[in-house]
Amino acid sequence: MSAETDTAQTETARTDTAQTDTAQTETAQTLDAVADPPVDGSELIRFDQVTKRFGDNTVLDRLDFSVDSGKHVTLIGPSGSGKTTILRLLMTLATPDEGTIKVGGAYLTHEERGGKLVRAGEKHVREVRKNIGMVFQQFNLFPNMKVLRNITEAPVTVLGLSKDEAEERARELLELVGLREHVDKYPGQLSGGQQQRVAIARALAMRPRVLLLDEVTSALDPELVVGVLDVLRDIARSTDITMLCVTHEMNFARDISDQVLMFDSGRVIESGPPQKIFSDPEQERTREFLGAVL
Amino acid sequence: MNWDWNVVDDFMPRFWDGVLVTLQALAVGSLIAFALGLVWALAQRSARVWVRWPVVAVTEFIRNTPLLVQLFFLFYVVPNFGPSMSPLTTGIVGLGLHYSTYTAEVYRAGIDGVPAGQWEAATALSLSRGRTWRVVILPQAVRRVVPPLGNYVIAMLKDSPMIATIGAFDMLGEAQTFSNETFTTEALTVVGVAFIVIAYPASLLIRALERRLVR
Amino acid sequence: MMSSEFFTTWFLPGIWITVQVTVCAAALGAVIAFGTGLARGSRLWIVRFVAGAYFEVFRGMSALVLMFWMFFALPLFGWQLEPLWAGVSALGLTYGAYGSEIVRGSLAAVPAAQKEAGIALDFTRWQRLRLIELPQAWPEMMPPFNNLLIELLKGTALVSVITVADMTFAGNLLRLGTNETTPVYTLLLVLYFVLAFVITRGMRMLERRAKAGIGERPEKRGGVGTKSGGVGTKPGGVGARSGARGESLPAGPRSVGGGR
Repeated sequence: MSAETDTAQTETARTDTAQTDTAQTETAQTLDAVADPPVDGSELIRFDQVTKRFGDNTVLDRLDFSVDSGKHVTLIGPSGSGKTTILRLLMTLATPDEGTIKVGGAYLTHEERGGKLVRAGEKHVREVRKNIGMVFQQFNLFPNMKVLRNITEAPVTVLGLSKDEAEERARELLELVGLREHVDKYPGQLSGGQQQRVAIARALAMRPRVLLLDEVTSALDPELVVGVLDVLRDIARSTDITMLCVTHEMNFARDISDQVLMFDSGRVIESGPPQKIFSDPEQERTREFLGAVL
Repeated sequence: MNWDWNVVDDFMPRFWDGVLVTLQALAVGSLIAFALGLVWALAQRSARVWVRWPVVAVTEFIRNTPLLVQLFFLFYVVPNFGPSMSPLTTGIVGLGLHYSTYTAEVYRAGIDGVPAGQWEAATALSLSRGRTWRVVILPQAVRRVVPPLGNYVIAMLKDSPMIATIGAFDMLGEAQTFSNETFTTEALTVVGVAFIVIAYPASLLIRALERRLVR
Repeated sequence: MMSSEFFTTWFLPGIWITVQVTVCAAALGAVIAFGTGLARGSRLWIVRFVAGAYFEVFRGMSALVLMFWMFFALPLFGWQLEPLWAGVSALGLTYGAYGSEIVRGSLAAVPAAQKEAGIALDFTRWQRLRLIELPQAWPEMMPPFNNLLIELLKGTALVSVITVADMTFAGNLLRLGTNETTPVYTLLLVLYFVLAFVITRGMRMLERRAKAGIGERPEKRGGVGTKSGGVGTKPGGVGARSGARGESLPAGPRSVGGGR
């Protein structure tokens, strides 16, 4: 660990962010490990008339929406309303039946060739996808790799970082999620909450511009939820990473979001700042939903 | 009951010859089964129907017909068209081919047993396809695959005496000829006991391996 | 080509003999499988030990060697068996041992809560077994029993070696008589495949019935072949630790990680 060499950066980071409690000071120390995307408030993600069907079931119905860079957007709505599908489409784990998705101005599943829009090849998809990171409900850590290797594998083989660089970054990120002492353990030796924090570190190690969070606390025992949410709050507060979050934790959504989108039957029925949505929703459907979950 | 230890003594040199042939058939047969099974398994995952379908049909057919008849087929029919092989070679090819259809299923189940989330996480990290197979999927599949493969090696050991029927001198082949020459049956009993003596520790070994690998 | 006379005098009776051997060995095997399988869960250690020893010895034994031994060596111990019955006994004894593992495994797979509910209702051990455990384990036994039955069918070819005139024996006779090896052995293989297919269809039907009997819907299985219940249960593949299906692999969804 190269704690010594970090000191200089640490000092600047500390003066930048006026944070009081120790946990957050630690977060500030490791800020440079997290992405440093340009934040100009420009549009980062755009869904244009996206339709997704599973058999006869239309999960997304000509969906339009966009997310500006640096924003933290939470998707809420009843189960089966298509929230997770949006994340999976962005992560290219599923492909839209109709419509287009753009990330950072580039088409995600299509590419322009000779003025025409065609299905993207593997290479193009991988290039655009590097901007996106995802944390899964079930963590999906690689059980055959130790914690450190889980985090360094992709930076080394995909981004081409040297092993030392990647490990240094991994250690900083583990510090950020409060698991520094667990570098040499296998995922199976960690609790669910710890595994999810490693998964967060793993996603951040790729320095994505967008972080997708898919019900990241749903598989956790109640007492482990807090730790994971605290880590995410820190990241939301102290970085400029764009977050797209599907969650049932309404308090967390209220805390971190700039914008909340209410989904129902594959469409956005209402959107706005959290204060507005949670305290004074316009749609009856939103009111019903919030009444049931809050 | 008339048991003659002298007969057993006389049989012993030929018994060891037979053991050697059996183990040889088992070793080479296993290697063929492991390699060919992987080929079947990968072909069955192919996106191309004209690759997948014939392979499924052929492996189903081989798995559902008797090894004994397959050995006869290889020994008596194949030379009409192709190479003519010695009894032992035929036996080894037959064992390997027959069991490759079982190992193919083991590989398939081992690969399918890796949770979908592992593929998804690899995609989310932009790992290449080759890298995903090499460092994520196969290492996890191996630990699921090794114990059942070991069990099939033991099953193959027990089927190996069938190669005596086409004239190979494995344990049973030696015992048979010895018994015919001397009008005795002790050799058969010796071979029967030998199978249990070999198979039981082997299966204990596989069980230990299974406990270690499958968590 | 094969003369029709030969076909009717040897091949057709051969098919019949193969069917007979399969049915008899399966019946003997089933008795042994349930007897040994239940005994291996007995409360008395001596019963468990004897049943366990039986299982270990016969799963380690080569069916062919056992058959030879019963045919050639057993008479010297003063017990002469008809070739047919030597074959049936050898097959029944070996495949019964594998079957006992299926019985034991599926009974063990019945949730403990079910047994506890039986205890709470003050059922006797036998009542629990008969009314709760067996009915629930029974449908689970069907797919591995199907695999085992097909292994048994394939195993019946071995009886030809001890002069029982089954299909394979007829095929060998024909080879000696005519030299028309290609059509003979091809036909033989196809016949075995057809019989295996028939067995699989029959067992699927039994499984559907068994599942309906406890209010479950049968799983849909694709494929026209005889593969059922995941990994084909070659006897040796019946892992020591294996569950009801006699396989040591958790079967995953087939669609996982195909392309994309």
